Amino acid sequence: MSQELVLNAHNLKQHYHVKQGLFKPEATVKAVDGVSFTLDRGKTLAVVGESGCGKSTLGRMLTMIETPTEGQLNFLGEDLLSLSKEQQKELRQKIQIIFQNPYGSLNPRKKIGSILEEPLVINTQLNKAERKAKALAMMAKVGLKTEHYDRYPHMFSGGQRQRIAIARGLMLDPEIIVADEPVSALDVSVQAQVLNLMMDLQQEFGLSYVFISHDLSVVEHIADEVMVMYLGKVVEHGKSEDVFTNPKHPYTQALLSSTPQLSSDKRRQRIKLQGELPSPLNPPSGCAFHGRCQYANERCRKETPALRNNADAHLIACHAVEEERLENFSGAA
Amino acid sequence: MSLLSINGLSVKFKQRHEDLVALHNVSLSLERGERLAIVGESGAGKSLLGYAIVNLLMKPGFIAEGSIKLDDRELTRLSSKQWQEIRGKKIAMIFQDPMVTLNPVLSVGDQMVEAIRSHTRINYNDAKKLAIEKLAHVRIAAPAQRFDQYPHELSGGMRQRVIIAIALLLAPEIIIADEPTTALDVTIQAEILQLLKQICADNGVALILITHDFGVVSRIAERTLVMYAGRIVEQGPTLEIINDPQHPYTQGLLNALPQMALPGQRLNQIQGNMPPLNDQPRGCAFHPRCPYAEDKCRIQPPDFIFSGVSTVACYAIEDMLQAFEPLSEEDADD
Repeated sequence: MSQELVLNAHNLKQHYHVKQGLFKPEATVKAVDGVSFTLDRGKTLAVVGESGCGKSTLGRMLTMIETPTEGQLNFLGEDLLSLSKEQQKELRQKIQIIFQNPYGSLNPRKKIGSILEEPLVINTQLNKAERKAKALAMMAKVGLKTEHYDRYPHMFSGGQRQRIAIARGLMLDPEIIVADEPVSALDVSVQAQVLNLMMDLQQEFGLSYVFISHDLSVVEHIADEVMVMYLGKVVEHGKSEDVFTNPKHPYTQALLSSTPQLSSDKRRQRIKLQGELPSPLNPPSGCAFHGRCQYANERCRKETPALRNNADAHLIACHAVEEERLENFSGAA
Repeated sequence: MSLLSINGLSVKFKQRHEDLVALHNVSLSLERGERLAIVGESGAGKSLLGYAIVNLLMKPGFIAEGSIKLDDRELTRLSSKQWQEIRGKKIAMIFQDPMVTLNPVLSVGDQMVEAIRSHTRINYNDAKKLAIEKLAHVRIAAPAQRFDQYPHELSGGMRQRVIIAIALLLAPEIIIADEPTTALDVTIQAEILQLLKQICADNGVALILITHDFGVVSRIAERTLVMYAGRIVEQGPTLEIINDPQHPYTQGLLNALPQMALPGQRLNQIQGNMPPLNDQPRGCAFHPRCPYAEDKCRIQPPDFIFSGVSTVACYAIEDMLQAFEPLSEEDADD
């Protein structure tokens, strides 16, 4: 089966200018700094990293909630950023977003029916009956009942609300769903229900997911490809199984070793990271990770490593990996 | 003699007609220096249990029945004045969100000194010395400088360390930590858990860790207690519960973890949701979602039995044990 390219992002950047006070010069926060990737139809790309690494900003750029300061975004052969407002409006229907908090993302004063139909009212010519039919069909797809149509969001549990948010995202038959921490606010048993639903819908509609998450066990389960971000940059990008069984970048290794595992035999020797994510206002020189990295040397402090192909489309930005200074990652299960 | 023993504790919410029962007949004990985890999903009553222990139940919640004893001293009947001797001093509590727990308009140091001086007669300089000592204890670099900083100047992980330091100020015997790492990144979470474990071990402090995350539990707790709909359904040694869960709910909870399914395969889900307080099923609270539910599960709640692995409240386990029992007696006769 040939892969169809749905989304192609090239060198996306989002720089914010921040005033620091009357007499200080304006600073630049490089929230996302040169991110490139491709997304195939029906595939899931996971974006992982700690808070502040720019993963949510990336999601906002993909859905055109924010315009990137630089870079290209190519959706099904069309350059999204060079289009007119009208054309953009047309195309952005095809890229939808689901947010983390289903309590905050649904309007508490609207019934489920009108929440689901609103995108149709704005973007299509469907009449009232057609809209209702479509909303009810979508509700059935995500496992909601017909009688829920006239209820308000507060009458639903967290998991059901996330189902509503997913249904709303699907109303305009999108190609891509950007899911920003869609299950982080949910309990384990409900998380399993929602993840199953997302996988079923992906199969049924041929959806492509950009799955933004900090939870590596969820990512390992759902992703085809994983992109690890650190301070606005991609540090490792590869097939899910490669990244999880054979993580190369010291940061990815540390992240994986910190993820709580149930059984002690699966648990890896924990790599301790010194310190915390540095301030994006004043990022370290060279490799942004060098201050917390046990392999850092003079070159890491001066020179920013480029994202290099290590083996078989496994991209890594690390001098230590390139120079083969890295010890083998112990205890990978 | 346990350090803390809770017996038949019921917590209710006052309502106009009939009070809602939020905790049903909860009993547990905690030994000196023991690390106990309370696991459950939202609405299971795990936080409520924590609040009940330190007498921080908010109206309309109240303790309807049962006893909570700390070193043989009954806590449920103490006056609020007497509580000041216990709360903070004997039992300290750490909450989930370090952004909210600290007062944003007071410096870290002022908050710590206030906590010390409201419990003991001690002058400012001695209190400050103690505070800085505790900040160093939770491995905060440059504690003397941090003492003068405000919460917004610290990162999330650092704030949680400060809160742990505050909890340690009066050398409590028990620390109750309610989801202490849920708001933190995984790398920071691992650090904080390690710190909590270390501190409890070093000072002989007992820990009650309230969490929804079995991964966290496996890292830190010796004993685990699983709650569902305001009831304890299973308790036992952590490793045994994780490796061989007995109660269908514990099994479902562990099976639902993404690690338990192959990548790309469907996850094992538990059907349905936890029942709301005002619509509790009769009999075993889990029966509407339980794959093994029978008629008797719908009538009378099961009692606790020891399954050989853990203590569970489940008829299915009971039946299974009974099926084996005659056999073992015959074996004994031979």
